Amino acid sequence: MVIIGAGHAGVQAAASLRQQGYEAAVTIVSDEQRLPYHRPPLSKELLSGGDPLALRPESFYADQQVTLLRGTRAQAIDRGAAAVVLHDGTRLPYDQLILATGSRPRRLALPGVELSGVQLLRVLDDGLALREQLRSGSRLTVIGGGFIGLEVAAAAVSAGLEVTVVEALTRVLARVCSRPTAAHIEAVHRAWGVDLRLGAGVARLLGDSAGRVCAVELSSGERIDSDTVLIGVGAQANAELAAAAGLELDGGVVVDATLRTADPRIWAIGDCASFPLGAAATRRRLESVQNATDHARSVAASIVAEPQPYTALPWFWSYQNDCRLQIAGLIDGHDRTELIGDPSAGSFSVHCYAGQTLLGVESVNAPREHVAARRLLSGEGA
Amino acid sequence: MALVTYIAADGRATAVELPAGTTVKDGALQNGVEGIIGECGGNAMCATCHVYVDDHWLARLAVIEEVEDALLDDAVSPRRHNSRLGCQIRISDALDGLVVRMPEAQE
Repeated sequence: MVIIGAGHAGVQAAASLRQQGYEAAVTIVSDEQRLPYHRPPLSKELLSGGDPLALRPESFYADQQVTLLRGTRAQAIDRGAAAVVLHDGTRLPYDQLILATGSRPRRLALPGVELSGVQLLRVLDDGLALREQLRSGSRLTVIGGGFIGLEVAAAAVSAGLEVTVVEALTRVLARVCSRPTAAHIEAVHRAWGVDLRLGAGVARLLGDSAGRVCAVELSSGERIDSDTVLIGVGAQANAELAAAAGLELDGGVVVDATLRTADPRIWAIGDCASFPLGAAATRRRLESVQNATDHARSVAASIVAEPQPYTALPWFWSYQNDCRLQIAGLIDGHDRTELIGDPSAGSFSVHCYAGQTLLGVESVNAPREHVAARRLLSGEGA
Repeated sequence: MALVTYIAADGRATAVELPAGTTVKDGALQNGVEGIIGECGGNAMCATCHVYVDDHWLARLAVIEEVEDALLDDAVSPRRHNSRLGCQIRISDALDGLVVRMPEAQE
């Protein structure tokens, strides 16, 4: 068994395979040197001075007889010979191959993105670099009002920085949250002192003579002085290996309901997988810890026992200072919302419906509502 | 420092010295004690660090907050009167000798 990628999905797959009785060799190929670590804190606790958090202790890999190849890049998949070719030419033969290659932040084709002080946030080193920059500078501009950008904005404004968030659309979290929830998140950010610029395009980034970013120029011509710029405008699947191996792509690596590609020996899980979900079996890609780890458990069961469809309910979390947002289900396509509780009191839930069908529930500082929603939506009854 | 004993579902006990300020969840992960996962990183967002706290110690823990209380209802193994989330139990000298038992399953 070879697993490419050592994020939440890859490491959980190894753990679940062992837990479910898989006895053959398991090798994880990781392009990072570090012991695999939790990703969500990179935009939160790490920035506030927290330590990196390992997914599993180092002893786990030896105890479970999982070979972790660190600092090792998979160069190609030779499907004919059933082997992964590593960057140094080594060939790793496999019976089964799990692609857990994750996603990476989208880059913007803006003039000035190469300036120092302009950050993307993907790996731990990015988080540590951002933390250093937030310590040395006093003005942060975030491009993109998604989860990553808002989480970083919340941490930075708490640390006393002047923070501006520039979002091209007219509201934050447009792809992931309902209007009432997004409006609340906007309000709390503004109350914390974040300068939210909605419906604002970015024209270019300006640098000083030392090649360091010093301002963000909006399409309107306005300049926002900045010591650090974080770009958080969504992510794309790391699917190049799969593509080069002739596997089908559709925003991510195409898999069937059991998370298997058209090649019966190759599976794809986590951020990189484009999989059919729900009654309509709409193909989609999700970026979350829950999706990564539940995919991993499911694929392990499919490999150890019988191929089984993946059916777990998606859920997500974000926290921004004292605002804990939990989402159960997928709300895209909702045409109606029902508000329960009082946003002005800081605790409420939004039920998102398409017609009579409840698609998902967003809960802000309402953990009971969230847990109840998870049960309801996964068919376990309220 | 506090000596904390983790007892696995099969009865195997592991005792480790933990510094004040760490949590029962982190103490397990950092010392390679199996049976606690902490999928959400210790933010009371999942319920994969569920433990049963020996009665003697239960009253000495910080009062359970709503987030933890809600999530315990969602734990994979049955919730009992002494169920807590390991990520919410912060170690102090007063907890020297703490005994926690891990459930059959966390995921």
